[in-house]
Amino acid sequence: MSLFCFHNRSFVLTKGAFIFWLLAGIFFNESQAASLEELLPQLAERTFPAKQAALDSLATSNDERVPAILTALAQGELYLRSVNPIIVIGQPSTPGNLRLIDPLTQRDLGEVGASSSKKITLNNKMRTTLRLALAVWHLNDANPTIRLAAAREMLGENNPTVLQALQNQLARESVVAVRNILVIALALPQLTADDAVNRLKAISVLANNLYPEARNALVPLAESDPDPSVKSAAVKALSSIDRQLTWSNRLETLFFGLSLGSVLVLAAIGLAITFGVMGVINMAHGELIMIGAYTTYLVQTALPSWLDYSILLAIPAAFIVSALFGILIERTVIRFLYGRPLETLLATFGISLILQQLVRTFISAQNVVVQNPGWMSGAWPINPALALTYSRLYILIFALAVFVALLLVLRRTNLGLAVRAVSQNRAMARAMGVRSARVDVLTFGLGSGVAGVAGVALSQLTNVGPNMGQAYIIDSFMVVVFGGVGNLWGTLVAGLSLGVANKIMEPWAGAVLAKILVLVFIILFIQKRPRGLFPPRGRAAEG
Amino acid sequence: MESNSLIKKLIVSTYFAVSLGITFSSQAAEETIKVGVLHSLSGTMAISETTLKDTVLMLIDEQNKKGGVLGKKLEAVVVDPASNWPLFAEKARALLEKDKVAAVFGCWTSVSRKSVLPVFEELNGLLFYPVQYEGEESSKNVFYTGAAPNQQAIPAVDYLMKQGVKRWVLAGTDYVYPRTTNKILEAYLKQNGVASNDILINYTPFGHSDWQSIVSDIKKFGSTGKKTAVVSTVNGDANVPFYKELGNQGLSAADIPVVAFSVGEEELSGIDTKPLVGHLAAWNYFMSVDSANNAEFINTWHHFIKDERRVTNDPMEAHYLGFNLWVQAVEKAGTTDTDKVEQAIVGLETPNLTGGIAKMLPNHHITKPVLIGEIQDNGQFAVVWETTGTVPGDAWSDYLPGSKDLEADWTAPIKCGNYNTKTKMCLGSTAK
Repeated sequence: MSLFCFHNRSFVLTKGAFIFWLLAGIFFNESQAASLEELLPQLAERTFPAKQAALDSLATSNDERVPAILTALAQGELYLRSVNPIIVIGQPSTPGNLRLIDPLTQRDLGEVGASSSKKITLNNKMRTTLRLALAVWHLNDANPTIRLAAAREMLGENNPTVLQALQNQLARESVVAVRNILVIALALPQLTADDAVNRLKAISVLANNLYPEARNALVPLAESDPDPSVKSAAVKALSSIDRQLTWSNRLETLFFGLSLGSVLVLAAIGLAITFGVMGVINMAHGELIMIGAYTTYLVQTALPSWLDYSILLAIPAAFIVSALFGILIERTVIRFLYGRPLETLLATFGISLILQQLVRTFISAQNVVVQNPGWMSGAWPINPALALTYSRLYILIFALAVFVALLLVLRRTNLGLAVRAVSQNRAMARAMGVRSARVDVLTFGLGSGVAGVAGVALSQLTNVGPNMGQAYIIDSFMVVVFGGVGNLWGTLVAGLSLGVANKIMEPWAGAVLAKILVLVFIILFIQKRPRGLFPPRGRAAEG
Repeated sequence: MESNSLIKKLIVSTYFAVSLGITFSSQAAEETIKVGVLHSLSGTMAISETTLKDTVLMLIDEQNKKGGVLGKKLEAVVVDPASNWPLFAEKARALLEKDKVAAVFGCWTSVSRKSVLPVFEELNGLLFYPVQYEGEESSKNVFYTGAAPNQQAIPAVDYLMKQGVKRWVLAGTDYVYPRTTNKILEAYLKQNGVASNDILINYTPFGHSDWQSIVSDIKKFGSTGKKTAVVSTVNGDANVPFYKELGNQGLSAADIPVVAFSVGEEELSGIDTKPLVGHLAAWNYFMSVDSANNAEFINTWHHFIKDERRVTNDPMEAHYLGFNLWVQAVEKAGTTDTDKVEQAIVGLETPNLTGGIAKMLPNHHITKPVLIGEIQDNGQFAVVWETTGTVPGDAWSDYLPGSKDLEADWTAPIKCGNYNTKTKMCLGSTAK
């Protein structure tokens, strides 16, 4: 992200001079004489108060070289060179190396190893100072996104020079979103204006927006404004804001619930096939999810420069790897145990321990780091009070896609037909020429592969470690049993509704109790309807 | 539904009971002093505890290079309690009865310490416990080389108060350490004039992974215009999704800082720390501390573990201090006899890794500096605040009504873990 356009140097310089004249007004009333050459080395002082003092003075300096220095500092690109110690800007060049630039002379100091320079560290107070300084500076940046963020930063500021800068920007701002927030930022200080007319005007501007700063500023007016008309306007504005906030909160809870539900559905849907359709109690299901997550890790490690896309490649890879493990388990163990659920339970439980230990031995007993690609980080702002996180959003969509794909496989393919035939009546299917043993292998492979795909999604949300599967096995069985064994739709509805129920209860019951309540509810529900939400009908029910 | 994991644990533990009953190496030829290492090498706590096992092995190795203790070589007896709390007690009993170890270095979670405590008291063993904990305990047989609440939690809250924090979220994992610590912190905050509706307390299960609503609640709680901070006693790997969610929902440290008591360098080595820059941790040691002792310790560690990327952390320093104090005490007492070592060790001093001195106090806690660090983008902490000297560990919190008057002193004439200074009575080691 290049924040400065160096090709237009004269423009940058005038802008710099203007902004730092502004900052001088914000931080100090009198200008200090210390030159940049004297101030800069002080950023490498040992204590934070000393660094803070240097930073404060730098921010008030109107030297045009300062903005580039502060930007570098904010981005962690300012270093103290260890040989012949001076402060330098270091930009990562080749891996492990830094290209050093003297911030005072813009001279290129050549490339050095990253370890030969010490990064100038910051604390929160310095970061806040920097953030404000840079926000003033960014207010008339060429990029509207940066302008928007800068204006957002200014909400609640009532320093006259900052307001003047906002006013100036508003006069020339063309992007609506930025204009809106500038108007709000300018209206906020008016809430404390002496003139009741100004206060009323400010309230009417703020009445319909959800920025917490606006709500917080309205509260004192609604409680105790001397002017009754202002007071009633504030009360009205506040109640309108609160109404909108309530709706935002409900939407948010619903999203959280669906997102939790989508994780449950993903974890359970493979089991819905192996347990639901085939009737195999597969205690190693969680470990198949884990194998999928580890495959994601391995794919990511193998393709370090493809971070943004390797996860897409990991989806088929995880499917294949987990499916192969599933087929191996089916061929070597489960096929000898069909019709003996207790033995299957114990044997697959043993397999789950073996798989965990395999990972511990060959990869690591520690959790591994699976990176989030850039497009899955951050959130999508719907309004100032509601933002949907991208990772959760994509996983929700992904869960639905997996569900639809699986439904199509079972409904529209020859394999699906054979699977349904074998699960409904094995003897009859065999009599009709279906090779039931082969179908068993493929079905188990399919269910295992889907578990692996779930692992890819889970690796983006939670820890990837040898034990991760254990966290999902119980939830998976719960969802499948609640939804009705042998019914994919049941799994979808059960997963999503359990997720939403959990999230609705969580705010008042707490995470621990909400989980307990959901379990109690399911126990009671199963007592009443042992076959779950969508019990199999007709002849299959007897089989 | 939890029964499944219970069955698993049972099977795992029987498995390990059989396979690891046979312990590491022996040099039968010459007489050695045996040292027990009681850290989980499998299960959920393996992530943190494996490193501590390696630390003790390294310390023993170093000591043997210097000629051992009392002219004898030290010999490590490593067992694996497999993150299974009852198994900790069994393994401790085996170490003391069968292997006759002179001292045990071990445990991480408070629940494992509570599990082995009666064993150490019954068999009169010595346990060095290296992790920060909730206090409210002092046993004759245990030396607490990690931080007591007044050496970590209270100073951290003081620091945040000085930064102008007015609203507090106390978030923790649902077990004894977070609950007790939060009880102490709540009492402390209220004594400092914080209103109850400015405190939000939240507990989550071990390994919690869906932090959406909690982070969203924190965000709302912090949007009232008053400066808000989160005090996190969230333990183990649940921290990873917690911090990820903080980053995704756009809560930066400049808005709402999170100060953690269980997140150190080791835990951060499993996360991309860019979104976490500026969040805080309170410890008594950071790897980034610039001191000659620390540089040497890190160097020895890298040499021993044969991996330059491995980090050091606070509980490792605690073991380093505990081990050195024990060696000194044995040399001073001239024997490894529990009672003599226990008396000799009180008052002994050893340099810590941050440039100060750790002194064993009569209440079996040690003096420690308190450091507050901010997470940097390389996974290390930059110290932003530290106490001027060291802080003596206090077993019984001064902020809880039940333990205000209690004092621990294992020297004559009191010799008691919870001596009531008002009634002049001793109530036994852990009575409430």
